[in-house]
Amino acid sequence: MRPLLELRNVTKCFGGLVAVNNVDLQIEPGRIASVIGPNGAGKTTIFNTITGIYRPDAGTIRFDGQNIAGKRPDQITAAGMCRTFQNIRLFHNMTVLENVLVGAHTQTPSTLWGAMLRTRSFQRAEEKARQEAIRLLRYVGLPAGLGDQLAKNLPYGQQRRIEIARALAANPKLILLDEPTAGMNPQETEAAIRLFRRLRDELGVTVVLIEHDMKVVMGISEYVTVIDYGQKIAEGTTAEVRKNQRVIEAYLGRSAPSEQGPVGEGS
Amino acid sequence: MSVARHSQLSPLQRLLQGTPGLWIVLAVAAGASYGFVQSPRSLPVRLLLIFSLLLIYFMPQKGWIKLLYGGGMLLIVLPYLGLFNPFLMELGFQIAAFATLAIGLNIVVGFAGLLDLGYVAFFAVGAYLWAFFGSQQLWHTDEAPGTFTIFATFPFPAWWFWIFLGVGVVGAAFTGVLLGFPVLRLRGDYLAIVTLGFGEVIRVMANNLDKPINLTNGPQGITPIQRPPIPSFFTSPEFLEQLGQLAGRPVGLNDLYGFFFYFMAVAILVLAIFLALRLDNSKLGRAWTAIREDDVAAVAMGVPLRRTKLAAFAIGASFSGAMGVLYAANRTFVSPETFSLTVSISILVMVILGGLGSIAGVVLGAAIVTMLNIDILQTLSLQLSSLRQGSGTIPLLGIPWASLPTQLDPARYQRLFFGLLLIVMMIFRPEGIIPSQRRRLELHEEPAQEPLAAQLEGELEPDHKLES
Ligand SMILES: Nc1ncnc2c1ncn2[C@@H]1O[C@H](COP(=O)(O)OP(=O)(O)OP(=O)(O)O)[C@@H](O)[C@H]1O
Ligand SMILES: [Mg+2]
Repeated sequence: MRPLLELRNVTKCFGGLVAVNNVDLQIEPGRIASVIGPNGAGKTTIFNTITGIYRPDAGTIRFDGQNIAGKRPDQITAAGMCRTFQNIRLFHNMTVLENVLVGAHTQTPSTLWGAMLRTRSFQRAEEKARQEAIRLLRYVGLPAGLGDQLAKNLPYGQQRRIEIARALAANPKLILLDEPTAGMNPQETEAAIRLFRRLRDELGVTVVLIEHDMKVVMGISEYVTVIDYGQKIAEGTTAEVRKNQRVIEAYLGRSAPSEQGPVGEGS
Repeated sequence: MSVARHSQLSPLQRLLQGTPGLWIVLAVAAGASYGFVQSPRSLPVRLLLIFSLLLIYFMPQKGWIKLLYGGGMLLIVLPYLGLFNPFLMELGFQIAAFATLAIGLNIVVGFAGLLDLGYVAFFAVGAYLWAFFGSQQLWHTDEAPGTFTIFATFPFPAWWFWIFLGVGVVGAAFTGVLLGFPVLRLRGDYLAIVTLGFGEVIRVMANNLDKPINLTNGPQGITPIQRPPIPSFFTSPEFLEQLGQLAGRPVGLNDLYGFFFYFMAVAILVLAIFLALRLDNSKLGRAWTAIREDDVAAVAMGVPLRRTKLAAFAIGASFSGAMGVLYAANRTFVSPETFSLTVSISILVMVILGGLGSIAGVVLGAAIVTMLNIDILQTLSLQLSSLRQGSGTIPLLGIPWASLPTQLDPARYQRLFFGLLLIVMMIFRPEGIIPSQRRRLELHEEPAQEPLAAQLEGELEPDHKLES
């Protein structure tokens, strides 16, 4: 099968630091894949490079048949890829519903003239976007009636869910989740894992997540890529990766992974 | 904006509830109007008139009642009172004009969060457009300032004013995009400094474009600029006679223009308010807020930064372009002095004083600053100087008024008053007099829970590429 996302020899440097070093990565459509690695390995930088926040210094990135390296983030989002952030980046002083509506920016066809004249098609588009946003909020498991709250006033676990709803509003084929369970308690983590599965099973969205919590990684990933010092050091199924000598070394070298709980949070 | 409305009423609003409220507001407005007819030149009466408008805004009645009251005041009562003292129309014109500018700036600064210190440049573009084409400057482009004679006719007939109202909008919007392009990559302080420079560049250009081709007539400015023709019905002697009888004084063409410009400015202001409200509550408005909140997240959600920021600059500028054309016609004279940095700052003060992002607040801010600028301080100065002419002494101190140094003239302390006003505001009410719903929640409600992992990741700085 043609991969949905394909990175070839992608490199990203910050001054002298090679944060992502010659990484190849392939994500098959319909997969739930994980990217793992110790702190500072370059996982988030890979996400930022894929989504266009950073421009790769070398290499090509193909998504859904087109080359997206060097494109603007909003173009990449419009092409069908959306993400969440490691440190939640909701629009704090907008309501929950407005946050999701911003996520639907590429999906809402309303125009400037429509907004000024309040045309029928503008009103229809706005109403449809609202309904869809409400539906998405319910889908990610947010209690009803929170739509009018300011995003910053909600507890942390719910903010993570809103971020996922906001990303889903862009109607993505691929969703990139950067440590989506960080800071969650075990019950919340369980629920989050169920949600990720549903994204794939029910919505058909391909899911890539960065995770530190080995329980999550081993629990749902069908494919794991391990990054260390900006380089890919291993990939394969969870079982393969777990046995890989370099992976064990990479983790033992700094902070040992355990199956009991999350590792490596905080820096 | 769909932020839940505060259902609580302020004490003032509780007082104005129900039928008694209707009567109270009516009584205040009628009292102010009566006072005006009795003493048309009194400053307290003018303040009372403005206060009654404010009451109408605040009264908790249904929208259409407020609209009826407000419309009645603005369109019937105030023009009627203007018959007794034409300065009222001038004051109304200036307040509406600056309120429109403030609303335009509010789109850039309040909605999109792009600090623009050169906003007056767009006003200048509109004004100079009509100044150039609405005067005889077109025939003097090869002559040095001050050397030419006045012709009997103009290159464009006066009714072209109406076309140039549109040209001013387009021209200013275009200039907004022009400014927008180079500053797209900049944020915060850097943006402020570049826009400040841009404003100055436009002013300096107006100052110096009298050679090699005389486009702006340099520091002397362009005059006379045509005013749009008034329908002959209004200028007929019978009609003027009737007005004169109402007013108890002769009414001339100049008075008619006073009314005309007042109504025009109010119409443009209402249109600006209307558009700003609609834009705020649309996809574009949400995109502006999103950029202001977090531009990295916004662009990652598919908001095109470049286009959205340019739209803010262009739309914000277009309001002041139309007002510039109107202003040039009203003054029949423009010169670079009108477009100095202090005017940009004044408009910014209106926005911040009234409430960043709040349309009602911005209009109130414009009213306060304009009143201070052209009415309150001037009136105080006048009174002081008339006291100085007399032989009285300052109470308690026993010093004769006449020996009071002219340096203490209140009108000279305009900037000081603005500064003090801003400092007081920032200490006691940083969200502005009538804050936007969003800012109120932002500044006066603590987040329920600080996001745990907010500090986990280092601050994500986008590549420069992001905004190019
Ligand atoms: N904008 C930036 N400028 C300079 N260096 C950066 C920047 N962003 C990341 N880095 C560096 O690049 C390296 C990789 O960082 P990255 O955030 O990708 O790691 P990570 O694998 O996501 O780590 P964590 O598990 O802590 O989130 C780190 O050494 C980091 O300090
Ligand atoms: Mg990271």
